[in-house]
Amino acid sequence: MIRVENLHRHFGGFRAVDGSSIEIKEGSITGLIGPNGAGKTTLFNVVAGGLPPTSGQVTMNGEDITGKPPHELFHKGLLRTFQIPHEFSSMTVLENLMMVPGGQTGENLWNTWFKRTRISREELELAAKADEVLEFLTIDHLKNEKAGNLSGGQKKLLELGRTMMVDAKIVFLDEVGAGVNRTLLNTIGDAILRLNKERGYTFCMIEHDMEFIGKLCDPIIVMAEGKVLTKGTIEEIKANEQVIEAYLGTGLKNKGVS
Amino acid sequence: MIDILNAMVVLSNYVLIPAIAYGSQLALGALGVTLIYGILRFSNFAHGDTMAFGAMVTILFTWLFQSWGITLGFLPTALLGIPFGIIATAALLLATDKLVYQFYRRQKADPVILVIVSMGVMFVMNGLVRFIIGPNDQRFSDGERFIISAREFKTLTGLKEGLAFKTTQGITIVTAIILVLVLFWFLNRTRTGKSMRAFSDNEDLALLSGINPDKVVMVTWIIVAGLAATAGALYGLDKSFKPFIFLQLLLPIFASAIVGGLGNPIGAIAGGFVIAFSEVLITYPLKKVLKYLMPEQLEPSGLVQLLSTDYKFAVSFTILIIVLLFRPTGLFKGKSV
Repeated sequence: MIRVENLHRHFGGFRAVDGSSIEIKEGSITGLIGPNGAGKTTLFNVVAGGLPPTSGQVTMNGEDITGKPPHELFHKGLLRTFQIPHEFSSMTVLENLMMVPGGQTGENLWNTWFKRTRISREELELAAKADEVLEFLTIDHLKNEKAGNLSGGQKKLLELGRTMMVDAKIVFLDEVGAGVNRTLLNTIGDAILRLNKERGYTFCMIEHDMEFIGKLCDPIIVMAEGKVLTKGTIEEIKANEQVIEAYLGTGLKNKGVS
Repeated sequence: MIDILNAMVVLSNYVLIPAIAYGSQLALGALGVTLIYGILRFSNFAHGDTMAFGAMVTILFTWLFQSWGITLGFLPTALLGIPFGIIATAALLLATDKLVYQFYRRQKADPVILVIVSMGVMFVMNGLVRFIIGPNDQRFSDGERFIISAREFKTLTGLKEGLAFKTTQGITIVTAIILVLVLFWFLNRTRTGKSMRAFSDNEDLALLSGINPDKVVMVTWIIVAGLAATAGALYGLDKSFKPFIFLQLLLPIFASAIVGGLGNPIGAIAGGFVIAFSEVLITYPLKKVLKYLMPEQLEPSGLVQLLSTDYKFAVSFTILIIVLLFRPTGLFKGKSV
């Protein structure tokens, strides 16, 4: 579905992504792991965030999407969430969700004044959809709360909820589990699995929590120093000497990974 | 009792009404500045001259209508010209954006660079206005001059002091109220308005949602054109139109926007009135009011004018500095300056 070929992204002399090629298969939940500074987030930014690569190519179902601005990718069904959750803090949770879908009638300055009935009908539908999403994520009680007042974990759920407001095809999750307590993490994990199984979402996620990754992801891609180290199932990764070395340093090798 | 009434009338006549009218003009100007700051993220120094341009086009159309013999009866003909002023200003701003600002936006230029760029735009616009209409004073108000004149008021109430309420002041206040209501309805209730707020709130996220940045920018300029042209025309109608006046007006406008909290529309309105009231109140000789309120022997001998009118711009700056010292984000929480 997504194919990244020989991608380079340099910042001055620093090679954040240094010739990575990855493939994300349709319907998979692909994990992207690696030590800090491995270039995971930069890779995400290039694929899903409109950061132009130094060289290399990104294709989605064969179509070249290299360096396309995010709002265009959004309309192709490619979405991302942020490591540090982003939200429209002065708007309610409901408004945040209703903000997401593009191409609404009310977006046009002219229609705003002259197609009131059509707009209100659309907004009702959107609100219903948002309610459904909030229920799915078990945060429907926060509907009218200002998004800026949510806890870190709730904001992550809201990030996930945003991807559900449109028919996303592939979602890039940047450390959706970071800084979230166990209970909420399970809620997030369940939501991801269900979205994958029931709605056919493809996911690509950066994550550090090995247990979380193991439960959700197959395959897992390991990056280190801007390059792809290896790819495989959680067992294969855990058994891989190279990975352990890159990820934990040689000193920890004897203590095992998990 | 009569004395208190007389004092109130004097105060209304010389302070309240002029300050409310002036405050409305400042508020409309500051709203434009604050919208640009919130959404396009720079301080637009060309805003004063944008107002001048809008006012100029309004004047040209007013003259045209007057020459055709079209008037609005007791209302000034300029009201008919304002829509054309808005359209022309929107066209000018959109063209400027295409030719100038868009380039810097694509480059992701620092706000400071955009500020300097806007100063360049300011000089060009100022030149354009002077080139078309000339640097002199232009009068274009017609219709009934007063809603209620001082003499009418005196005969009506039998009070010693008169209260004059100019048509232009009434129009300014009413128009400002309508515009502000429409603007707030737009920002809070419509999808386009919400996109603008979203864009101002978190640009990264807005870009990653379905919000088209080009559209948000375009709508912002159109709204700013509406506010600027109306504010400019109202100011010209109320006082007089002179291209250079708007350059000076830029200072209290920015003071209003900053005092209220840059990027916050409610703040811009509040800031406009704070600045207007302080300017008028501090430079007005209070003797006339006090002589009604105080016993004869305590009556002030001087004018009780705190500052000469020559210093009225100093007032906005003093308030600006005080606010920045104690509340750097403005009275209503805006983005910090």
